[in-house]
Amino acid sequence: MSHSTEHIDNTRTVEPSNPNPNSNPRFKNWKIVFRKLKKNKSAMIGGFFILFFIIVAIIGPFLTTYAPDTQNLVNKLQTPSGEHWFGTDNFGRDIFSRIIHGTGLTLLVGFFSVLLGATIGILLGIIGGYYGGRTDSIIMRFMDILLAFPGILLALAIVTVLGGSLVNVIIAVAISSIPVFARIVRGSTLSVKKLEYIDAMKALGASDTRIIFKHIFPNITSPIIVQATLNIATAILSASGLSFLGLGAQPPTPEWGAMLSDGRNFLYNAPHVALFPGLAIVAVVLAFNMLGDGLRDAFDPKTKE
Amino acid sequence: MQKQKELLKVTDLKQHFPIKGGILGRTVNHVKAVDGVTFTVYEGETLSIVGESGCGKSTTGRAILRLDEPTSGEVEFDGNNLLAYNKKEMNKVRKDMQIIFQDPYASINPRHTVRQILTEAMEIQNSVPKSERNDRVLELMQTVGLGPHQADRMPHEFSGGQRQRIGIARALSVNPQLIIADEAVSALDVSIQAQVINLLKKLQRDFNLTYLFISHDLGVVRHISDRIIVMYLGKIVEIADKKSLFNNHMHPYTQALLSAIPSTDVEKKRERIILKGDVPSPIDPPKGCRFHTRCPFATDLCRTETPELRSADSMLDGHMAACHYMEEIKSGEHEPTVV
Repeated sequence: MSHSTEHIDNTRTVEPSNPNPNSNPRFKNWKIVFRKLKKNKSAMIGGFFILFFIIVAIIGPFLTTYAPDTQNLVNKLQTPSGEHWFGTDNFGRDIFSRIIHGTGLTLLVGFFSVLLGATIGILLGIIGGYYGGRTDSIIMRFMDILLAFPGILLALAIVTVLGGSLVNVIIAVAISSIPVFARIVRGSTLSVKKLEYIDAMKALGASDTRIIFKHIFPNITSPIIVQATLNIATAILSASGLSFLGLGAQPPTPEWGAMLSDGRNFLYNAPHVALFPGLAIVAVVLAFNMLGDGLRDAFDPKTKE
Repeated sequence: MQKQKELLKVTDLKQHFPIKGGILGRTVNHVKAVDGVTFTVYEGETLSIVGESGCGKSTTGRAILRLDEPTSGEVEFDGNNLLAYNKKEMNKVRKDMQIIFQDPYASINPRHTVRQILTEAMEIQNSVPKSERNDRVLELMQTVGLGPHQADRMPHEFSGGQRQRIGIARALSVNPQLIIADEAVSALDVSIQAQVINLLKKLQRDFNLTYLFISHDLGVVRHISDRIIVMYLGKIVEIADKKSLFNNHMHPYTQALLSAIPSTDVEKKRERIILKGDVPSPIDPPKGCRFHTRCPFATDLCRTETPELRSADSMLDGHMAACHYMEEIKSGEHEPTVV
């Protein structure tokens, strides 16, 4: 930022603009966020775990020695051994390969329910925040109603109505996460909306859609990313909870919550049946929470690098 | 001054913001930010609006552009009543009237490069054919004193003064006739202020622009204006050409306001008029003359009857003030009632 540029100087020679894409300032903010994130140990551990789970979900199913639903009643309720790393369940199925096969399912349920819930929530929040007035009141009162129910209870009610299946679990969990996104997005929209550059766009005659999608949304992404990461953890937990109650994935799907539910009958004589799916759920949820918290700090301009 | 074309005519403009209260969120009262303002802006001139914070000067500018929908009144631009337009028609005429904002840090989208900012403005109004937009961006940047090598930089790489130039370039990109400068230089350093003001003056000459210059800084206003409006609590108290306002002001408020300008002449003794109390609330403005609560000359008449804008013998054409006693105060017949 040279000082000479402050003067009206029409005879200035033209410097070639820097073509190096790494110096593109548009990515500068992201680079700062990433640098802060790298220094946050728990966030990095969480991130690596998530990466690990994603890799397991993709290539794991090809590497397991046992199919997830091959029954072997002779070998039922085996304790962990060299042959069955996590033991076998009451049908003699290998718990290790069932957990591996269930990883993708768990991640997809978490991802899609948040994607669906966030999309609807963002739209409602941005519309409410931008237009204000009666539109805002109606949307937000409706969100308050949704928020009044505990998330899992609401999801439970929805699944009961829709019927128990994995897709319905995704829908139910998505609906219960709508108000969280709507609130956060509305708040951010309100603060961005009153900035002068929005008025400048209005003065230029820009349409509401253009202002919302080109000028408001790109400036409120950081809280959304943080919330989405944290919400994936909640969504996975809710989905497992619903499957545990028998309302989600149906047998013999190797869903972790459903496996946990199967295992609870043998808690005394074969605790490993419930233990390993339980640990898997804890690990994934913890990983997303750790990354989410780290992201929140990294996006916060007040935290130092 | 020869008779000029009326570009913008504001008649009895009112902007009352509702205050919501109670459980039901009903409107319990109004903030009367602008309460009946009438003035005309002639083509090619710079008309300034001055007044202290909260007097409604910015609100007036925003209401003219319909950034906030005014409560009532008439805004005629080039002979057409803007308030009768629907949103689509309004967006079409927006290319003729632009605004420059006060805060150079909030007035441009932090995620867009200068090129994107300027191109988008042309795209919205379709003021420049697509193939020529790139050249026009560089031309505009040169016009406001930025280099073409800075076209792909982000706002945070610029200083406040440079950002303000970007804001000016954006306003110019649609070839407007009228530019409302809402405290356009107030957030800048004094040295940068002078540069931006000189730039604005140069642009006015080059492109035959008309300015409605909103400011609280009388020094700046004195430098740039042709005519000046003084506002107090949502109403115009005095309107005059620059010379008359500074040398032959009639309203006691204008006098107090002008006495606040710092002087560089140490020898010259200035008579500083310090007004007592605060500006009354625009929710429930005083009856009669709005200035009576702080005016040293106020009488019972001031407390009951609202003075209209009027001219007097000693005043030049177009010079008007709203005071019952302006002639008497000027001649010294009417002494201050409170000491």
